[in-house]
Amino acid sequence: MLSSSFAQDQAEEISLETLIERPKFMRRFWKATTTKIGVILLSFLILFSFVGPLIYRHSAITSHLLHTLQPPSARFPLGTDSLGHNVLAQMMVGGQSSLEVGFASAFCAMIIGVLYGMTSGIFGGWLDIIMMRIVDVILSIPTIFILLFLNVVFLPNLWIMILILASTSWLGVSRLVRAEVLAIKNQVYVEAANALGASTWRIMVRYMLPNFLGTVLVAATLGIADAILAIAGLSFLGLGLPPPTPNWGGMLSDSMSYMFQNAWWLIYPPGLAILIAEVSINLIGDGLRDAIETRHR
Amino acid sequence: MIGYTIRRILQAIPTLLGVTVISFFLMHIVPGNPVRILLGNRYTPERAALLSKQLGLNKPVWVQYFVWLGNILHGNFGYSYVYNKPVVSLILQALPHTLIIVVVAVMLAHIFAVFLGSVQAYFENSPFDQIVTVINYFFYAMPAFWLGILLIIFFAIDIPLFPSGGITNPTVTHPSFGDFAIHLVLPVVTLMLISVAGWARFMRSSMREALLQDYVRTARMKGAREFRIIFVHALRNSILPLITLLGLSLPGLLAGALFVEEIFNYPGMGLLYWNALNDRDFPILLAVTVFLGIVTVIGNLLADLIYSLVDPRIQYR
Repeated sequence: MLSSSFAQDQAEEISLETLIERPKFMRRFWKATTTKIGVILLSFLILFSFVGPLIYRHSAITSHLLHTLQPPSARFPLGTDSLGHNVLAQMMVGGQSSLEVGFASAFCAMIIGVLYGMTSGIFGGWLDIIMMRIVDVILSIPTIFILLFLNVVFLPNLWIMILILASTSWLGVSRLVRAEVLAIKNQVYVEAANALGASTWRIMVRYMLPNFLGTVLVAATLGIADAILAIAGLSFLGLGLPPPTPNWGGMLSDSMSYMFQNAWWLIYPPGLAILIAEVSINLIGDGLRDAIETRHR
Repeated sequence: MIGYTIRRILQAIPTLLGVTVISFFLMHIVPGNPVRILLGNRYTPERAALLSKQLGLNKPVWVQYFVWLGNILHGNFGYSYVYNKPVVSLILQALPHTLIIVVVAVMLAHIFAVFLGSVQAYFENSPFDQIVTVINYFFYAMPAFWLGILLIIFFAIDIPLFPSGGITNPTVTHPSFGDFAIHLVLPVVTLMLISVAGWARFMRSSMREALLQDYVRTARMKGAREFRIIFVHALRNSILPLITLLGLSLPGLLAGALFVEEIFNYPGMGLLYWNALNDRDFPILLAVTVFLGIVTVIGNLLADLIYSLVDPRIQYR
């Protein structure tokens, strides 16, 4: 089954450029209701986090010490936490760092993964064996343990956090890209480019990359969801970005101390926000995959 | 078959060595001098020189690596800075706790996933299938830590059915089996719920494919009942890829266990690691990383070997 669909895949040779130019791609992408829901939910989160603070002008880090652990009211629509922080304002600012880190680290991971996987696939031989073995090894250690460790060692700011997350999430992409490269590297057009004297770099970028950019894009989209979950998880365990920057995961872990007081306004908003982010990005990723992989219909 | 087994085991060895190299390397990017940390305020240059000689820290890094590798092959993972105990004894205390929640959760998750996925595939596109797909989607995306908190709120606080954490009732001196079991419920359920979704999705597509095969039509023609067709004829074949999937999802499960242990204050490997992180207790961190790496590699190896045992269609060169 696998091998036959694989052969079909090779026969079709769809490149992302032509896909995007063709209006069909966008139409296929938009056709599914689930994709629309995903795009709407994600847009809502982005607007909430980045445009929200411009409309709802309240500081996320001011402590209203006379109003700690207040349930939602007209003054504090989502209540306050134990230090009197405005939860709604915190949710908005917390979303900014989550989304920024998520998108940026998935992008970095995509670049590292593409370069690594291509190098491994193109040069082959011993280099390929060693490079892929390294990927196997890193994948054997549960990611979160490595992330926690790096987090403790480097005490990251936003940029280091992005790199730390990217450092463990390129592995899947590199495997994917290597497999694609192996499948196309003996195609006639690659040979022709080689015979015409194109440099390895040019072959990589001009002839190979367009073939699997779609697949990589799907993986990268799903990678955003993983990165947002990872940063939330790290913050939940008391690491992640340093205070006072609020983060959904950190807010959730603070809320655990007030579970018994039934402080629901501290527990549901951050959890829901993470859930919405995960669901919406997964929906978009699945929609992209369905639109790119035409052979399934 | 025997040749394949031997070759597959030989292939796992470099990966295991790689795990030790990576873990060792990770511990060596830590800024700061371990001797200084160990000596604390008893620090003098002479004591430091003596201690680093005793610990072998004055040798080149690669010599240190091989000395350390030799030690761990003899089961010596060093001493914890904080507990002043051999790290191995701490790990051997924690490992069974983690294994029990992971193993029980995996078994339950498999039963549910196989059942749900099969029924979904049989009634493809029915309202049942669609509702389960949507629910699965949410659980698939659900962060383990939020799910754990919600379960505590619902089933430990609002309806106090289960304890919210720990492994036994702290007021009882000789805990019974039932006491242990009831403390396992919420951690296991959390871990199970986050695993079911992905596997059920996989099972659905695997079963859908199996139901289109000729032998299903043959069985139907023979007059076999539908129940028998799904759960005997098709299930046997569609369940096989799940073995590989289980091996692959081990790292994810162990990561999930870390959060579950932290939320439920459950003294497994995850909590050990997390506490060691807060104490900067590097020997424990190194040992846990290596241990989990070994567990994952061996788990994958077993999954592959079991797969080759149960699926006679696969020919190994």
